[in-house]
Amino acid sequence: MGELSVNHLLGIKYITKEDVDLIFKTADHFKEVINRPIKKVPSLRDITIANLFFENSTRTRLSFELAEKRLSADVVNFSAASSSVKKGETLIDTVNNILSMKVDMVVMRHPNPGAGVFLSQHVNASIVNAGDGAHEHPTQALLDSYSIREKLGEVTGKNVVIVGDILHSRVALSNIFALKLQGANVKVCGPKTLIPKHIEKLGVEVETNLRKALEWCDVANMLRVQNERMDISYFPSTREYVQQFGLNKDLLGSLNKEITIMHPGPINRGVEITSDVADSDHAIILDQVQNGVAVRMAVIYLLASKIKQ
Amino acid sequence: MSQKILLNAKEIQIILHRLACQLIENHQGFEETVLVGIQPRGIFLAERIQQLLQNEYKIKEVKTGRLDITFYRDDFRRSEKPLEANTTKIDFLVEDKRVVFIDDVLYTGRSIRSALTAIQSFGRPKEIELLTLIDRRFSRHLPIQPDYNGRQVDAINEEKVKVNWVENAGEDCVYLINE
Repeated sequence: MGELSVNHLLGIKYITKEDVDLIFKTADHFKEVINRPIKKVPSLRDITIANLFFENSTRTRLSFELAEKRLSADVVNFSAASSSVKKGETLIDTVNNILSMKVDMVVMRHPNPGAGVFLSQHVNASIVNAGDGAHEHPTQALLDSYSIREKLGEVTGKNVVIVGDILHSRVALSNIFALKLQGANVKVCGPKTLIPKHIEKLGVEVETNLRKALEWCDVANMLRVQNERMDISYFPSTREYVQQFGLNKDLLGSLNKEITIMHPGPINRGVEITSDVADSDHAIILDQVQNGVAVRMAVIYLLASKIKQ
Repeated sequence: MSQKILLNAKEIQIILHRLACQLIENHQGFEETVLVGIQPRGIFLAERIQQLLQNEYKIKEVKTGRLDITFYRDDFRRSEKPLEANTTKIDFLVEDKRVVFIDDVLYTGRSIRSALTAIQSFGRPKEIELLTLIDRRFSRHLPIQPDYNGRQVDAINEEKVKVNWVENAGEDCVYLINE
């Protein structure tokens, strides 16, 4: 076992296949740890981590916080809504003030793409990107791949379709990078308006017919329509979206094979996916959440091991 | 680099039988006792002792697990090379059990210190004992001593004790290596 090639996790774009393998191998160990009667190891007891959330989050924030606590790190939380950011403080000032209180690592979610990269160039701490605008969400992509690996044995050679709002989705972009890095075949599926131009350059195919996409795939990753990021109307109505791109039991049952359904959450039940599909045996949505803690523990542990005393 | 043989296959075999008998003396039927091999190198010794107890001494079942101590070590971020984790496999609760830690070489005692913390994640044992094949008795950093001991060795710090098993190196042999 080596160490990561990077000092920050800013995006899947910046890491190697070896890094991904190392993170997964380490996550295997942590998955065993979090199923013990006492789910905690003392490795990071001298590390302090600040969770800076400039954008709302439930799952990711809880998952990071649990991962940090299960590694025995000290954790401070910060959310933009209740902070001096509202008073006009800049990002670098905010973070440097926090770091002067001896914080070793920063987990940050920010609405602006590239915020993590920017921060890593200006402050002296290990940065983990927990989502930067519509750019990347690396830990989500890692836990998605980890869940595929757990369910299907490996990621290499598998057919994965990402369905929904590709344009506004950092999960989609990070997933594309991660899946391609591991040798999976990737298609994206959704309304033309929600598929970025030139996405083929990333080595993915575009499919606008959901049934065809599902017939092709081993895994379907259903994304939410991100209404909060939409300034204009991208499709005529939610009802029309559901009819063309919503996954329901009838459609799933009419396929000539079994596929695995994933969703990064939060689910809009009845829109991209119906309740009976989300709660069926095909869905590994809650496994993804559990794996999220193990994968984030691995990422934090491996990055922390590079912070020398 | 020079190396000399501390124990050959036959001597190891005799010692394993003695250690097994000493365990039986204290633990009889092993109903309340579990063996825990310390990763990465203690697991071979633990499995050998388990096999001996079950096959040669006809003890019905000796529960044996593997404990990895990587995440409990006290040199995280202090050592130059990254720490490599191994699999922990403990399929039983150790609550109120008599636990026997098994490792091949007892050197500074720091691994066992870590193991004492790590095992608490699986419950509160009634007692914990330590069995080692080789005890480097003058090299301890912590007040930890074995309860069952194969051979005491007086080695200086520049010397290395290496235990080879058929399972991992194709032979049963213990070397003293001077680098």
